[in-house]
Amino acid sequence: MSTQDPVAAFRVEAGELLDLIEHGLLDLDHRLDDRALIDEVFRGLHTLKGSGAMFGFDALANFTHHCETAFDRVRKGLAPATQELVAVILSARDHMRALIEGDGTGLESTGAVILEQLQAAIDAAGGEASAPAASAAPTAQPKQVACGGWRLFFRLPADAMANGTNPLMLLDELRELGECKIVARTDTVPPLAELVPTECHIGWDVELRGDISREDIDDVFIFVMDDMELTVEPLSDEGAEAAPEIAEEMPVVEAPATAQDGPANRAGANPSGNPSAKPAGESVRVPAERLDELMDRVGELVIVQSRLSQLASGQGSAVGNELALRSISEEIERLAGELRDTMMVLRMVPVASLFSRFRRLVHDLARETGKTIELSTEGETTEVDKTMIERLADPMVHLIRNACDHGLETPEDRLAAGKPAAGQVRLSAHQAGGEVLITIRDDGRGIDRARVRAKAETQGLIQPGQQVSDHDLLQMIFHPGFSTAAQVTNLSGRGVGMDVVKRTIESLRGAIDITSAPGEGSTVVLRIPLTLAIIDGLLVRVGEGRYVIPLGAVEECLELSLEEDLRSRGRSFITLRDRLVPFLRLREIFDTGTRPDPHQKIVVIATGTERVGLVVDQIIGSHQTVIKSMSPLHRDVATFAGATILGDGGVALILDVAQLVMLGQNQEERLRAAG
Amino acid sequence: MTASILTVDDSPSLRMAIRIALTGAGYDVTEAGDGVEGLAAAGAKRFDLIITDLNMPNMDGLTMIRELRKAPEQAGVPIIFLTTESDDAMKQQAKAAGATGWLVKPFVPEQLIKVSRKVLGR
Repeated sequence: MSTQDPVAAFRVEAGELLDLIEHGLLDLDHRLDDRALIDEVFRGLHTLKGSGAMFGFDALANFTHHCETAFDRVRKGLAPATQELVAVILSARDHMRALIEGDGTGLESTGAVILEQLQAAIDAAGGEASAPAASAAPTAQPKQVACGGWRLFFRLPADAMANGTNPLMLLDELRELGECKIVARTDTVPPLAELVPTECHIGWDVELRGDISREDIDDVFIFVMDDMELTVEPLSDEGAEAAPEIAEEMPVVEAPATAQDGPANRAGANPSGNPSAKPAGESVRVPAERLDELMDRVGELVIVQSRLSQLASGQGSAVGNELALRSISEEIERLAGELRDTMMVLRMVPVASLFSRFRRLVHDLARETGKTIELSTEGETTEVDKTMIERLADPMVHLIRNACDHGLETPEDRLAAGKPAAGQVRLSAHQAGGEVLITIRDDGRGIDRARVRAKAETQGLIQPGQQVSDHDLLQMIFHPGFSTAAQVTNLSGRGVGMDVVKRTIESLRGAIDITSAPGEGSTVVLRIPLTLAIIDGLLVRVGEGRYVIPLGAVEECLELSLEEDLRSRGRSFITLRDRLVPFLRLREIFDTGTRPDPHQKIVVIATGTERVGLVVDQIIGSHQTVIKSMSPLHRDVATFAGATILGDGGVALILDVAQLVMLGQNQEERLRAAG
Repeated sequence: MTASILTVDDSPSLRMAIRIALTGAGYDVTEAGDGVEGLAAAGAKRFDLIITDLNMPNMDGLTMIRELRKAPEQAGVPIIFLTTESDDAMKQQAKAAGATGWLVKPFVPEQLIKVSRKVLGR
């Protein structure tokens, strides 16, 4: 991490700690007496509190302190872990997140409510009231100042030197306080034969003159005070007559750390003056060996580069130079490829980070719906591009909500249907070629075909009595405005439908498919590409501009013969293996103002089962496309998904397949309506 | 010569804060994320000072201090531990394990530097 802002780092870290706490709690919910989990949650709370206080998140530190105190009792076995306690601390965890992300205003009442619930949960758990005692401020001790100075004697514990205390430094510190007269006492030093060189046997008599407080002296010895021999008495002209104080009886003084803990000192680390607390920037954790790999490649690149400069400055024969240049060019090509692959791998994160978010979701859904839901995951180590993970979260939340809310039955219904009372939701991920398949499966009632059919008919999607394959019928649920929920519950029916899910997945150049068996459950499969950064594209020319069509969406390329072009004018359909496929003339859409090439080509692209042909002037070839995002000004241009830079420095726009297919389908519908 | 300090803490933000404070004061800082990494780092090179958290995954600070003190080459290396509250029992355990001193969290950079100066003498 190159950032130099510890507060930003803390926000990132706090997010991870909160995730850790959440996990621990969710696991704990099932295994209430798992010591390792209890310790893990405790450590998370503990670190969050400690670091929070370090970086000026005082409200967070205070709040977390109470949770930590409560949990400490569980850890020490004074109170049992209960599901109520877990639930309260889960809500407390959400509050902590709010405290970290927000500016801390308007959250006090929420916090107070949670603390009350926490107290109730502890009381219910049978532990005595823990009454999270406000940490008593260390009472300042009256300063003892001796006017003349002090006479002291000290002897360190034998192991002090081995444990890192240097007596000479203690003497130096005393000298810094004031004028010192130091005499070493060697009476207890054993004979040489018995002397252990790492032990300290010397005692020191020190006469310290000056206006020095007793606390100053104690500060010098603060770290060794408990075990050492130390007598301190005011220096009087009459000499030592007072009984020597014994170290053990001396008042305990707080570490200098707390003594200075004034608000003024904290200001430096306190971000609370900055109300616009922004969420921490994105960062990716990278295992060290991957960085080493990258370093290897860069090293090789440097070597090749030096060969190239040598070649540029060297004499050599023209033929030899050409050979060498070619070999360097090949070398660089290989390295660029490897660097690209290594770099892409750096951006990959395991889907575990995505899946783990859903455990809480399912936990909450189970509570809200009164169903018993078991979530299991598989293939969490499958890796996906970081951006992909972020963008998959929302659609997956929707799909899981659907599974829990519509798919799974109530425990009674399940038992009546001869199924176990607990419903299963299973998430799995695995890689297949350049794609990752993510499956969301439930063992609920499955999709009610009759209801889908009825709804599709009322919406005019299919004609009454029309023959539709089972698969096509199920795809109806991805149609905008389609919801089969008989009653709109709190969870679903919020206006975000499966069509949004489908569109989001397609914008990721992915695909969604659903299968369902009545009474046995439904399975949704998301197929998404490994990365969003680089794709294989088909480079085409339309007029004078060049465009990239994602190769994965290309079904076939064919020529649009002149006769066919003339014949289809106005209709824009071609017959492709006995099926009508609408096509779009990109030249017209992009308004190039150029004459069409005599041999135009049609590139047939598809999403799912829908196909559209794109008429282009020339197909240039396949092209490794590094996707650059569009400028904010052009981001809303729907037909383009991005841009890329070509080998000759020119720019090619990347076509948005999903949008174009939709455009083609709309055209088809318009024409059908007209015709 | 610049004094070299090893900081052992599982919290990256805290390590960062410590590093910024100590490098600012002219010390050479090496970081480790838990007791296991701390032991490995201390085994590779003798540091002038080790600052460690107590509560850490994999190997906690107490265990690390005990392990360090078992090694003869670590004799006399000052070890400062960070403790969240003035938890006396913890403090006693850490001291018994062989720690030199402690610092109570939350602390400000000045306190950290002061404690480092105190045990390093520079």
